[in-house]
Amino acid sequence: MSHIPLSHAFILAGILFVIGFIGVIARRNTLFMLMSLEVMLNSVGIAFIAAGSAWQEADGQIMFILILTLAAAEVAVGLALLIRLQQQRQSLDIDELSDMRG
Amino acid sequence: MTIEIPFYLAAGIAIIASIRVVTGANAIHALLYLVVSLLAVAVCFYFMGAPFAAGLEVIVYAGAILVLFVFAVMMFDLQGDKDPEHYYGDSNSGNNSSGSSHNSWFSRWFGPVLLASVLLIEVIYVIINSSNSEQSTSTIVSAKQVGILLYGPYLLAVEIASFLLLAGLIAGYHFAKGQDLPGRNL
Amino acid sequence: MQATIEATMNQMQVLAYLPFYPLLSFILLVLFAKRLSWLTASILSVGAVLLSALSSAYLLQVAMLTPNSVVDVHLWQWFKLGDMAVNFAFRLDSLSMVMSLVVSGVGLLIHAYAAAYMKDDENFSRFMAYMNLFIVAMLLLVLADNLVLLYLGWEGVGLCSFLLIGFWYQDNDNAMAAKKAFIVTRVGDTFLAIGLFLLFRETGSLAINDITALAGSGEIANEMAFWICLLLVGGAVGKSAQLPLQTWLPDAMAGPTPVSALIHAATMVTAGVYLIARMQGVFVLTPEVMTIVSWIGALTLLLAGIAALAQSDIKRVLAYSTMSQIGYMMLALGAGAFSAGVMHLMTHAFFKALLFLTAGSIILALHHQQNIFKMGGLFKKLPLVSILFFIGIAALIAFPGTSGFVSKEAILAELYSSNTAGPVFWWLAIIGALITSIYSFRLLFITFFGDYRGDVKVHPVTDKLQLLPLVILALLALAGGLIGLNLTALFPAPPTELNLVTGHSDPAWLHNVAIATPFVGIVIAYLLYFPKTGQAVVGSDSSLTKFAHGGLGFDRLYEWLLVKPFVFIAKVNRRDVIEQLVTGISWNVQAWHEVLRASQNGQLRWYGAVIGVGVVMLLAILIFSGTSEPSLQVMNGGAQG
Repeated sequence: MSHIPLSHAFILAGILFVIGFIGVIARRNTLFMLMSLEVMLNSVGIAFIAAGSAWQEADGQIMFILILTLAAAEVAVGLALLIRLQQQRQSLDIDELSDMRG
Repeated sequence: MTIEIPFYLAAGIAIIASIRVVTGANAIHALLYLVVSLLAVAVCFYFMGAPFAAGLEVIVYAGAILVLFVFAVMMFDLQGDKDPEHYYGDSNSGNNSSGSSHNSWFSRWFGPVLLASVLLIEVIYVIINSSNSEQSTSTIVSAKQVGILLYGPYLLAVEIASFLLLAGLIAGYHFAKGQDLPGRNL
Repeated sequence: MQATIEATMNQMQVLAYLPFYPLLSFILLVLFAKRLSWLTASILSVGAVLLSALSSAYLLQVAMLTPNSVVDVHLWQWFKLGDMAVNFAFRLDSLSMVMSLVVSGVGLLIHAYAAAYMKDDENFSRFMAYMNLFIVAMLLLVLADNLVLLYLGWEGVGLCSFLLIGFWYQDNDNAMAAKKAFIVTRVGDTFLAIGLFLLFRETGSLAINDITALAGSGEIANEMAFWICLLLVGGAVGKSAQLPLQTWLPDAMAGPTPVSALIHAATMVTAGVYLIARMQGVFVLTPEVMTIVSWIGALTLLLAGIAALAQSDIKRVLAYSTMSQIGYMMLALGAGAFSAGVMHLMTHAFFKALLFLTAGSIILALHHQQNIFKMGGLFKKLPLVSILFFIGIAALIAFPGTSGFVSKEAILAELYSSNTAGPVFWWLAIIGALITSIYSFRLLFITFFGDYRGDVKVHPVTDKLQLLPLVILALLALAGGLIGLNLTALFPAPPTELNLVTGHSDPAWLHNVAIATPFVGIVIAYLLYFPKTGQAVVGSDSSLTKFAHGGLGFDRLYEWLLVKPFVFIAKVNRRDVIEQLVTGISWNVQAWHEVLRASQNGQLRWYGAVIGVGVVMLLAILIFSGTSEPSLQVMNGGAQG
């Protein structure tokens, strides 16, 4: 079909991963952090798919499916926590949740 | 060659949409950009020879997970979230004066971007310098192959994933509803 | 025969218990401290010493019958060191007989006096307890059969000295004086301890008898004997307040007067003399050390005499006098006149205790006034005490007929012809005797003649318990010389090749000069110091007097030589190097703790950033070490395999 170099796909994955990473460490709003995490997970998915296609193996897609499952579970728990956070603190600022500091 | 252009187009859209997700001020807008990003990635999947994965991306990610996000956002009072920079800076002073907002904006993004840039440069360096950098993603891996593998060697992983989902379900239910249970607090 | 054995058994019994009566009393006094009335405490403490004194007297009486008898009592084994067992054992020969009689006898009199003297002190029973403990330690010292036990007593008397000098520790000066005495004597004690170690290494035994026997048979190398004796002399010098460790004794007068009499005049300070006499078997091997001892004695004798001339405190005069008289004893020991030295030790104990106790009575009568320039004319106000004091002074200056005369003449007689002393020392001793009589009569004239210069009313001394011991001591001071003390059997003639006695005989004029000296001194003192009517009596203000008043600058010398450098080093090393190391570790740990604690700030974004930094750094390492290639090849190979 198409002839996309593997390195290009990897670079795309890297760029998306880095963008997500910036979001995670720069945003204070927990909701945005969760969304940034989705971007990061997604970029990893790209890397797996690209590698799987390059070597004609289905394993890459299986890994993607597992990541998908993981993301679903993560979002479910994360959003539930978010709701509780909003109820208890009336704030989604992650910096206020520093009760576990040493 | 022309057949690759949609891929790069989709990649560019994914990158721009992701940036908007990360930098967005409005949660709903950010979510919509995330949907765009996911759809663009699904297009990339398709061009990389994984139509099944592309389908899953659209259905599960853009369809199910994002809907979960939207529902969650709808349950919040979004007054405080429209402008996250509003209380940025000293975490104690919620109403930082706008005069220093530029400065705080700069200091807020400078560190993460610098760190991420270094990371990206390193990753690209590694990718380009690797021996299989010119290998292309040309073959289509069909859903059938995936299915055989999934219910063959990866059966255990599938079971574990199902447990994970169950755990997510229970935890989500528990946390979101926990207020009703007397004496239980987060 | 049967009777002798029985007598010996009795003697052993008596000897075994002799030092322990005061110990029992000490324990009781400490346990019940303030619950005891003055009367009970006095009876307890004085009675205990009385028992010891009676035991000593009994032993003396038995020993009289059998000359040169030696009683050994083995109580128990103290500890075992290799092949050598150190026993808790007493040995009573004529030397320790004399010493234990002096200690318990004079101790008894002073105890009785102290009971009266300290009657009104609120810590009376504590005082008597310390005094008892001192007697215990001193008796252990003199009765010890081996040097380890002797050392126990040696340290014990040092401790009691410290406790008693600082008895009124509420006054900082007293506490400082106690510390000074303890620290200075500690220098000597360290010498003694090292000497004992050397002795043990050389002979493999610390029993006094064995050592004397070994020394007699020439088992100890001469060079080693020199060092051992030098170290023993170091110990003796510290304890007996001789040059150069004499500075503590004048300050030790801060203690109550009975303490000064008992410890710092009669008994403890003569322990050094006793030690040298005890170890004479080793000392005769090294004439060099004997000469050193002579020099120490002679110099101390003169310097202390000169210092005594300038004192204004009655007790300090007596303290310097004590140093000077112990100098005589040292001189005698150095000259090989052991018997005369010990004789002088005994008579000195009598008359110096008498002097101190009468001085104590005077001080008490004048409401703790110790400055002799605030006294004067006391002869009319305190006639009895004054007469007793005169007797003491007479014995001190060796007035013919007194005990001091007998013993001092005995020393002088042997000095001239001794090999390790000689005419020079004889002349020094004569000059010392002259100075002695000058300062004695200076004290006497200023204190007892002229007009009363004090501003407090003089209390007459009427307490019988105070006066009785004084009278007994006065009798002893007068007639103590009659106690025929012949220890020559104990001190056998040294090996002939050392020959302590030179061939030349004493010139005939020697004795005449010696007898005349005190009278010359009296005349000089009369001309210089007798209070003339209508003339104020004040101490001289010249710088020379001040110099002598301060003990001839030894305190200042040591201050510059030892204290200042030590303080300087301490200051430099205030931040102790070792402590720096230790605190450095803890500082390091704390610093890291702070750094790591700061990193654990509970901020999720911070943790994420740190993880990112970690990834960046790991990747950088991989890239720069050139292993990025294999890491991807693994991925490649895994897929192909």
